[in-house]
Amino acid sequence: MGGFIFRRVLSMLLVIWVVSTMTFFLMKAIPGGPFTAEKQLPPEILRNLERRYRLGDPLWKQYRDYLHNLLRLDLGPSFKYEDLTVNDIIRQGFPVSAELGVLALLFALAVGVPSGLISALRQYSFSDYFSMLWALLGVSIPSFLLATLFIYLFGLRLHVLPAGGWGTPAHLLLPAVALGMYPTGFIARLTRSSMLEVIRQDYVRTARAKGLAEITVTYRHALKNAVIPVVTYLGPITAAVLTGSFVVERIFAIPGLGRHFVTSIYNRDYTVIMGTTVFYSVFLVAMNLVVDVAYGFIDPRIRFD
Amino acid sequence: MHRLVVVALVMTMALAPATWAQPSASQVLRWNVGTDFETLDPAKSTGIPEATVIYLLYEGLTQRDPQGRLVPGMAERWDVSKDGLTWTFYLRAAKWSNGQLVSAGDFEFAWKRALDPALAADYAYQLYYLKNGKAYNTGRIKDVSQVGVIAKDARTLVVTLESPTPFFGDLLSFHTLMPVPKTVVTGNPAWAGKPETFVGNGPFVMKEWTRQNRVVLERNPNYWDAKSIKLQRIEFSMIEAESTALVQYEAGQLDGSSNVPVADIPRLLKTGDFKAMPYIGTYYYLFNTTHKPLDDARVRRALAFAINRTLITARITRAGEKPANAFVPSGIVVNGTDFRQAGGPLMPVYDPALAKKLLAEAGYPNGEGFPTLTILYNTSQRHKTIAEAIQEMWRQNLGVKVNLTNQEWKVYLQTRSQHNFDIARAGWIGDYRDPKTFLDMFITGSSFNEGLWSNKAYDRLVDATTKTADQAVRMKAFHEAEKIFVQDMPLAPIYFYVQPILYKNYVQGLATDPTGPPLLRNVWIEGH
Repeated sequence: MGGFIFRRVLSMLLVIWVVSTMTFFLMKAIPGGPFTAEKQLPPEILRNLERRYRLGDPLWKQYRDYLHNLLRLDLGPSFKYEDLTVNDIIRQGFPVSAELGVLALLFALAVGVPSGLISALRQYSFSDYFSMLWALLGVSIPSFLLATLFIYLFGLRLHVLPAGGWGTPAHLLLPAVALGMYPTGFIARLTRSSMLEVIRQDYVRTARAKGLAEITVTYRHALKNAVIPVVTYLGPITAAVLTGSFVVERIFAIPGLGRHFVTSIYNRDYTVIMGTTVFYSVFLVAMNLVVDVAYGFIDPRIRFD
Repeated sequence: MHRLVVVALVMTMALAPATWAQPSASQVLRWNVGTDFETLDPAKSTGIPEATVIYLLYEGLTQRDPQGRLVPGMAERWDVSKDGLTWTFYLRAAKWSNGQLVSAGDFEFAWKRALDPALAADYAYQLYYLKNGKAYNTGRIKDVSQVGVIAKDARTLVVTLESPTPFFGDLLSFHTLMPVPKTVVTGNPAWAGKPETFVGNGPFVMKEWTRQNRVVLERNPNYWDAKSIKLQRIEFSMIEAESTALVQYEAGQLDGSSNVPVADIPRLLKTGDFKAMPYIGTYYYLFNTTHKPLDDARVRRALAFAINRTLITARITRAGEKPANAFVPSGIVVNGTDFRQAGGPLMPVYDPALAKKLLAEAGYPNGEGFPTLTILYNTSQRHKTIAEAIQEMWRQNLGVKVNLTNQEWKVYLQTRSQHNFDIARAGWIGDYRDPKTFLDMFITGSSFNEGLWSNKAYDRLVDATTKTADQAVRMKAFHEAEKIFVQDMPLAPIYFYVQPILYKNYVQGLATDPTGPPLLRNVWIEGH
């Protein structure tokens, strides 16, 4: 298994290098820069700024310096926020997004897996149709609509929860559900279809024929194998949800990391664009590795040698 | 697991101290500025949200009273020499929030720091009025002692200007010219980034700054005029989504907000929550005068007069904007006279018959043979709606067909600065209260003059205003220059902005700076 992980880490580094290189050059190709403003700066001041942030250097040199700093885990200063480095931005934003994301994922698993399970076990029953309808709504209603609806309903009309903001546990509830709706629906549908496939397998029939209790058959034999696709899905979705959602964080006014993925591009905040992209790619490939390793434990057909 | 999570969620709800639901205590203001601050260092800051807070944390030599009049701030009084070049300020005995005295040396240090090329401050040009200010900032001279500001003693500041600048008194209250505590800043240049290290001389001090979330200010007991400050505490939130800010406002979580969703303005006007505050700004369509047939003033005038401005302000913008009848907006008061009122209307707000006649004279009767031009605007629903309205007005009134194209903000700015457009939507909010802030943008060679219009008589008139401190002479020249400008129509002014703002009726004493942010210094809460 050590050799497997070693090879995977090597390919991960390659992926991250490719992603950061492409992002770097694409970003530099967008018209406009961090100091493009309606009140155009006098050329002298622009020169001073470019000197300060070393934007006057040739592109290859900027790229080389960036990679060099990246190796030392120094993501550079933000162009927009004077007092912040990109490391600060991630250090402050990520815990917020992650807290919300973990809650959203827990919600998704707690609701999604049981709904999918019940649907599969009682196929074509009312509860199957009911939960699959909700799952369909969950994957198809965009989060901005849900978020706006939640704020209006619970924040203004019913006045039982804060209309956005951050600081107390009450602030977490609405955004976590809004963020978790999509994965909930997806997990429910995934669990259902995979469970339907598994319960028709021979080994499940064998287990039943051995006279095992239905509950043992369902949980020990069927569900354990049926969740493998869910685990696969959990890798990328964990990376996506924990690094924050622009839409949910914006509508709920949450000081997370998600907003920076989008606003940094509007601001041409080069270092923040690079920093958030690299951070997300590292997280994503790492989660995929975790999933691959997890297969070894839950799927008896997979061995690392 | 399912049930456990539900229990956990219910418990978090029950245990949550419902601080968000508490009404504002007495003399606490909860205000949304709409975004996090790029910096609260007065020399480096550029935006309106930052200025909203900086004007509470620092005080310049002068300040604005709630009526917008210039009143003494850190300077008790000042003299101006006969030639208008030397200004001497006599400082009051005021203290920084750490108890140190605010000295003339702090001003000298702050201004030279803002001009330091190494600091690369965006707004350093606000100090180009100082003798050698520009030369030092652009590296033409290295010797900082030649810059025209010196602390004669701890309480006397002597400023020498490059040329007579009668509106210099106005600039003194601008944030780039705020003092900074020399001893603190030399030790820690990032002092303004954290409440623990923050030192200011304004009526409030910073108590908390959670990035992207909120800034909390409290009354500064060391402020020289602390007894006139009624608010105990100001809590700024940074909600970017206007609709969320509005819901929080209506749910009682906010007392006011600097951003308002446009779609809700008519409703909020009726409830009295929305206020259209004065703003010295003009929304306009810039013509590229090097593109045929826009090089012909008759064509530009025809296009300008064929725009039904009242329709745009009454149906689209709907916040109380005024249809433009000239370029310089109202609100610039010099020696007691409003520049716009004195100049009067310089053009009709709508005259389709005249427009049609002018276009025919230029050789395009009923728009025949007129090439298809393109209107460029930055991506936004409002600009799109206005462009569509104007597109239709030109088609109906002139028989002229135009295309619309939108670009993301910075791409659009670059296209504009490369003169790569026919007609571009633009807008301008004055930097200070003098017609110069509008009219010197369009002198030949100015970087703001992106339509490449050039008129020698205009250039001479604008230049003449920098040679004298006599306001009567200056205003006369500005009026003449503006007449030439509107006559030649290098741009079509569309409407004069108002500043949209939202606050509850128990918020008293609020004023706005017509060139910038809401002024919260004198606010108090009453009847809540």
